[in-house]
Amino acid sequence: MLGFLAFIPRAVAQSIPLLFGCTGEIVTEKSGNLNLGLPGVMYVGAISGVIGSFFYEGSVGAGEVNAALAILIPMLCCMAGSLLMGLIYSFLVVTLRANQNVTGLAMTTFGVGFGNFFGGSLIKLSGQDIPSISLSKTSTCFRASLPFAKSLGVVGEIFFSYGFLAYLAIVIALAVAFFFKKTRSGLHLRAVGENPATADAAGINVMKYKYLATCIGCVIAGFGGLYYVMDYACGIWSNDAFGDRGWLAIALVIFTLWKADLGIFASILFGGLYILYLYIPTGMDHMEMKELYKMIPYVVTLIVLIFTSMRNRREDQFPQSLGLNYFREER
Amino acid sequence: MNSKGKEPFIHLTKRGAIPPVKAMMIRLFAVVIALIVCAFITGLTTGINPMEVYSSIIAGAFGSARKAWITFQDVSILLVISLALTIAFRMKFWNIGGEGQVLMGGLGAAACMICLGDKLPNAVVIVLMLISSLVLGGLWGFIPALCKSLWNTNETLSTLMMNYIATQLVLFYTIKWEVPKGSGKIGIINQDSHAGWLPQLFGSKYLLPIIVAVIVTVFVYVYIKYTKHGYEIRVVGESPKTSVYVGINLKKVFIRTMILSGALCGLVGLLLVGGINHTLTSTISDGRGFTAVLVSWMAQFNPFAMIATSFVIVFMDRGAGEIATRFDLNQSFGDILTGIILFFIIGCEFFINYEVHFRTGHKNAAGRKEAGSC
Repeated sequence: MLGFLAFIPRAVAQSIPLLFGCTGEIVTEKSGNLNLGLPGVMYVGAISGVIGSFFYEGSVGAGEVNAALAILIPMLCCMAGSLLMGLIYSFLVVTLRANQNVTGLAMTTFGVGFGNFFGGSLIKLSGQDIPSISLSKTSTCFRASLPFAKSLGVVGEIFFSYGFLAYLAIVIALAVAFFFKKTRSGLHLRAVGENPATADAAGINVMKYKYLATCIGCVIAGFGGLYYVMDYACGIWSNDAFGDRGWLAIALVIFTLWKADLGIFASILFGGLYILYLYIPTGMDHMEMKELYKMIPYVVTLIVLIFTSMRNRREDQFPQSLGLNYFREER
Repeated sequence: MNSKGKEPFIHLTKRGAIPPVKAMMIRLFAVVIALIVCAFITGLTTGINPMEVYSSIIAGAFGSARKAWITFQDVSILLVISLALTIAFRMKFWNIGGEGQVLMGGLGAAACMICLGDKLPNAVVIVLMLISSLVLGGLWGFIPALCKSLWNTNETLSTLMMNYIATQLVLFYTIKWEVPKGSGKIGIINQDSHAGWLPQLFGSKYLLPIIVAVIVTVFVYVYIKYTKHGYEIRVVGESPKTSVYVGINLKKVFIRTMILSGALCGLVGLLLVGGINHTLTSTISDGRGFTAVLVSWMAQFNPFAMIATSFVIVFMDRGAGEIATRFDLNQSFGDILTGIILFFIIGCEFFINYEVHFRTGHKNAAGRKEAGSC
């Protein structure tokens, strides 16, 4: 029982990057854009935040960092970086009507390369004499949890022990769910994703909605990368450490059937599945079983994908124009 | 009398057909601009003289006979994966599971080498390796195709998931077969007996993948263009409704084509494990399953054009590796350059498919007058 209670906070911490990515991708996909560049976007978001805080910490030197600046600078840099990626994608896909799969994969190549390049060369490029990127001061600000969390025992551990980005992730997910269910703009955006021609005829500015949804989605996803570096990894950048979480976030979108509020629980479940292999006893001579347990999230996603397509319920389907570009004069 | 403000500044029309020469010129122009932007960005971020960057890219790809051979070997590997995916793409089946299919092929080959290597004659082992890699690769293509044809499961997402399942399976067997125990890798398989190592052709260890690539290129070209199967694939790709109307069995075409696509990827796994690396790792495919999607698309699914596009990608990649070592930079710099070039090539397709008309006051007014008088 104690083991399980210790498991939950770790699963939640693991789930936050997935939740950011999933929420961002839902917003994007609801506009009909299947952004396979999500892993790249999350890498760029992460490294942009790292670059920002690297120079800020460098400028402060040995002195104390200002907590507000230490949080604001990486966040703004992260937003700028992932917004830029969103703009590249929207420009290619919405304005130039390029193939979405191809554009997305190119974005992933570019973004992961961008992250690993600057992560690996930032120190050399800036000419400083330090062994590795370790933003411990910034990380401390990001990881600051509520002061009374420690005194609440198990409850505090499970609910209040996370950095502010974790709560932001949940708030954003709820806000997105509300936006799609209850607001007129949300309805318009859904219409754009389902049938852009009809939306266009109803007087909705399809281009504007697609651009906004993709860019906002990318910014949200970028926070996932930022959370991973600053909070989960304690401010230490190591190349490729972010791994396949971007793809897993895309899988999560399918798993949640494009519902952002469901994403909160689903991402915690996935976070748990992601680290489950650490908790299943295998014994020393069967280490290979751990690799099979790591397969579980992907198998589960595949099964859910197949099941939803089998049941073929209309409200569970992907946005009908997902992956297709809209050209007004082609009707 | 329309007010002038109502006329949009830019007006787009879809082009009917464009002369191939003009299309090539547009693409070439895009690549040139991309290279200029790359040079600019390289100079900006690293402070290296762009001309020096380009000379080292060429040196990295063709600096020595060995480097040139490896470049061509890499081109052939990427080319075969791209061709395999192309067959599926021609029927608008977005197979982005090349990565997993290659891995499964490699796993099949490695399994035969390890388990049967010293028990059976070498020729039998190699035949079994070929069969098992084709079967496992094909299986990884078959599963998404079956789901697609039975329940219309989204193939982009299912093939993506299959990649990770394959990766974990390979990791599982890597630890199961690790030598020595606890090292976490398999190491060179059958280093002494060379059992299951693919033969060297004409004394060159680089030639086999190149020859395979040539054969597969011609095969895919003929298969798509001149066979009944290929015809069915193209009809399904152009219009699934038409294919049902003319009596093509959609399910059968999906499954048959994806098995072939997966099996060809599996063949690459065999080449990588049996012919080039002689070991199995989970990164043996090195993202080429994804890169191949871009290669295939950039070539507009034309097998011969793919030789050029895969060459461009490998050339940039190896060149960027050289830059990284020479200027002591991170290896990922190549991905950034490749990404930028891809963005430009992707973007330029727009100017091939669409025509852009700008608002030019008097010309349009004249046009409207003509229209009005009609």
